[in-house]
Amino acid sequence: MYILYRGREVKNIHKFDVYTEHGGYEGLKKALGMKPAEVIETVKASGLRGRGGAGFSTGMKWSFIPQSEPVKYVVVNADESETGTFKDREIMETNPHQLIEGAMICAWAIQAKAVYIYLRGEFWDVAHELDKRIAEARKAGFVGDNVMGSGWSCNVYTHLGAGAYICGEESALLESLEGKLGQPRVRPPFPAQKGGGLYGEPTVVNNVETLTNVPWIVTNGADEYKKIGTEQSPGTKIFCVSGHVEKPGNYELPMGVTFRELLYTHAGGGKGGRKIKAILPSGGSGPIIRVTEEVLDTKLTYEDLGKVGSILGSASIIVMDETVDISWVAARIIKFFKHESCGKCTPCREGTYWLDKLMDRVMEGRATQADLDLVNNVAKNMAGMTLCALGDFAANPIIHTIKNFPEDFKQHLAPAGKAPTRAGAAD
Amino acid sequence: MALKDKHAKQIEATFAKYPDKRSAVMPLLHLSQQEYGWVSPEGIEEVAGLCEMDPTQVRSIAGFYTMYSEEPKGRYWLQVCTDLSCALCGADKFYEDLKKELNVEDGGTTEDGVFTVEHVMCLAACDKAPMLQCNFHFEENLDMDKMRTKLAAWRAEAAKNKA
Repeated sequence: MYILYRGREVKNIHKFDVYTEHGGYEGLKKALGMKPAEVIETVKASGLRGRGGAGFSTGMKWSFIPQSEPVKYVVVNADESETGTFKDREIMETNPHQLIEGAMICAWAIQAKAVYIYLRGEFWDVAHELDKRIAEARKAGFVGDNVMGSGWSCNVYTHLGAGAYICGEESALLESLEGKLGQPRVRPPFPAQKGGGLYGEPTVVNNVETLTNVPWIVTNGADEYKKIGTEQSPGTKIFCVSGHVEKPGNYELPMGVTFRELLYTHAGGGKGGRKIKAILPSGGSGPIIRVTEEVLDTKLTYEDLGKVGSILGSASIIVMDETVDISWVAARIIKFFKHESCGKCTPCREGTYWLDKLMDRVMEGRATQADLDLVNNVAKNMAGMTLCALGDFAANPIIHTIKNFPEDFKQHLAPAGKAPTRAGAAD
Repeated sequence: MALKDKHAKQIEATFAKYPDKRSAVMPLLHLSQQEYGWVSPEGIEEVAGLCEMDPTQVRSIAGFYTMYSEEPKGRYWLQVCTDLSCALCGADKFYEDLKKELNVEDGGTTEDGVFTVEHVMCLAACDKAPMLQCNFHFEENLDMDKMRTKLAAWRAEAAKNKA
């Protein structure tokens, strides 16, 4: 069943008329007949958790907004920049009205003044299409002044970024939306609090996938939603599968599906029938896992991934087969984070720079065990030392690739006696 | 013609979206880049004037975000993703072959000024590798045969526009 990718079942559901013919905007109409607090309670009861990666209770997040404040905002995080993530783009292209409807329900629930959809700059075409869909919703009275005669007004706007991974981090995203450098803010105050959100006003920041669940929940009720998935991770989830599988792509499946079912039944197994060696379940930023029978039988939920030493995150599943040298993976990922570090916090800015240099040395066969220890040491001194999670994200893949695939790194170490001298190493 | 004369309506609509003029700096930098082909010093001055910001602040924004180019690019700006998922699916070789085909280095522009080629970080199209964006439009599931056809079409388009 599809809650999110309804475009796969209903042709042309991206068009306003088709969407409304298939129950579109019924959730918003129903929500407008409810008290805002009741809407929040419904979403809370559904157990919906943030699909951007953190997995925090969506209803709880909404409930943090102080109702006494006159100006509040909803910001939709459509920055989709984690390596291996490509799910939100398909939602916005094939089922855009459901995102607009979900954002409007959230806006009603917190009585927001406006909704801003922050798209990564590369989604240029997506944003311009979305503008047309918003205009359709506005014309029909679902967006804009006096929404469906409720007396409440709320507009929806798109905003294009310009190429910065860090803007997927919510406080950096808010800075960027305010026309500043996309660098994370010191918290508290958190975005939900006065002083912490957009223009200093209380703000809910939710991922595209999260909000697209909301119309279904309001229409069908929290109990129905809880019937899908697992108790702690209800609903469906979009799994982005890329790398060495026969059929890469987005798969919307109930939470709790196993790696085996996702990768073999749906994604066609390892490319060319080759054995799958490793998985990054949460894109470039989460811990890598070595594939075993136990891992393949692990359920994809927020609670189960921890049992095999990783996280579900945004469920960007990058698959590597037996031909892949995991130290090459580590080197590639650190280049990404070196490029994307915003430069605000020293451990991340300097750490990613040195990790990149050290990994180059490893890959060139000039490193010693002492260098590998230094890589580990630098990475461990970044984790938890920065304003945002990027410091951890950059350290994670390094720490876990070395821990889980030490043999892949050791094969690159310089032969004894050929290792560079201390002076030679200081390049 | 200045941005504010040529695109008055679009600029007005942009400012209407936000309670603060500064929020328009990114959309207006995009507009300026579209108009002039790159973020030129004149473009920076204009955007700063419109947003009531210091030009230095606008320049720092332009420098921070990778999609703003602070130097002129070729008519077609090809950005190839060589991040992990794409690299697992042959993006490195594709990128090497593309540079060889156009006889340019990483970040280089062809002598005729038609193409600029560079590699970029993840563009969120990981299931359709190798891929690139050309002037911010995605081209997916590529190989060199397809690419040569596209290059020829863009070359022809560039020649036509020049004539």
